[in-house]
Amino acid sequence: MTDPIGYRRPDPATQPPYDVPAYGSTHHRHPKQAPVRVPHTLTEVSGPRFSPAWYAPHADLSTLNGKAALGERIIVAGRVLDEDGRPVRGAMVEVWQANAAGRYHHPGDQHDAPLDPNFLGRGRVFTDEEGNYRFTTIRPGAYPWRNHPNAWRPVHIHYSLFGAGFAQRLITQMYFPGDPLLAYDPIFLSTADEAARNRLIARFDLDITEPEWALGYRFDIVLRGREATPFENDGAH
Amino acid sequence: MTAATASQTAGPYWHLIDFPEWADLLRADGPNAGVTGGERIVLTGRVTDGQGAPVADAMVEIWQADPEGRYDGAFHGFGRCGTDADGMFRFVTLKPGPVPGRGNQTQAPHVVLSIFARGLLKQLVTRLYFAGEALNENDPVLQAIEPARRGTLIARRTAAPGEWRLDIRLQGEGETVFLDV
Ligand SMILES: [Fe+2]
Repeated sequence: MTDPIGYRRPDPATQPPYDVPAYGSTHHRHPKQAPVRVPHTLTEVSGPRFSPAWYAPHADLSTLNGKAALGERIIVAGRVLDEDGRPVRGAMVEVWQANAAGRYHHPGDQHDAPLDPNFLGRGRVFTDEEGNYRFTTIRPGAYPWRNHPNAWRPVHIHYSLFGAGFAQRLITQMYFPGDPLLAYDPIFLSTADEAARNRLIARFDLDITEPEWALGYRFDIVLRGREATPFENDGAH
Repeated sequence: MTAATASQTAGPYWHLIDFPEWADLLRADGPNAGVTGGERIVLTGRVTDGQGAPVADAMVEIWQADPEGRYDGAFHGFGRCGTDADGMFRFVTLKPGPVPGRGNQTQAPHVVLSIFARGLLKQLVTRLYFAGEALNENDPVLQAIEPARRGTLIARRTAAPGEWRLDIRLQGEGETVFLDV
């Protein structure tokens, strides 16, 4: 049996470390021992197939039972590609977020901001043949957290993605352009490489914007690509 | 080439994408409803931090082969479970079979465990193996781990029939061996 082609290892500067002193919750949760590197096998290069039949899509977070949530309605769209620019098709994308006032529909969130009875803040979409996804929501609010004095999370939407292989599994956050809180956020700042960090910020997009309806933002996501095969770059086409 | 998007923590409110039924891979109305055969097992364990405190807000995901050791069969080997107030997770699934490794190696039956939580800027990945499997002795991943720490990947039978337990220690004494995959 031929060995599976593994996924490329990330440049450490483009991913956050486990131990980030400025982010308090990492203190007792980061392993002290280095992880053991394992070559990729079928276990890592295969991954679950999520059929929309079992995992129902939910692309409109902006209404609940036909009633509109409060806040600024937005459309978020983008592509899911691998590091070689190939579309990741049929990827399941889950999103969750706070409401326009900066409060999560979650019992653990005790921030003194109103809940919105018409906003739950969770969605699920699948990428198409070109890797495109799209959902409608409201722009979330910033919210305080107790990491350090006067700490506020920048406005963000949480993303969960499954690619073709379990080694591509990614949970991340999408931020909004021009947010002054980004400069103070230890979670955003945890990734050393500035260009990699800035790719977590969505771009306003007039083509996604729908007249008289909603502003549009583009957020493209890149999942790990495969290691090159010996035959891929020999130019002998 | 554009590097992969940076990971960010799932944070404390990921329960918005928690669907507790996903922890039961054999649920009657789930993707494995039509799958027959195999041994039903329960996988449980406790996630604790560097102070020994339960991690009560973790999301644990599993990925595994079917009882024949295939990833491309009818069996949907994915589950998700939130830890409870005591840091416990619990999955109901089928015992996976041995899986081909690299070269002509064979991997002992195993289940991938991924941990996401507040304070984890990217997931921690490890594997659950089953105590007493003869194939454990030659498993390439177990062999890559120093013998004294191998046990952190090996689940033990509990008193309950079909139940296996593996505790996950994120940091400190008895720290689980995590894998760079
Ligand atoms: Fe958040």
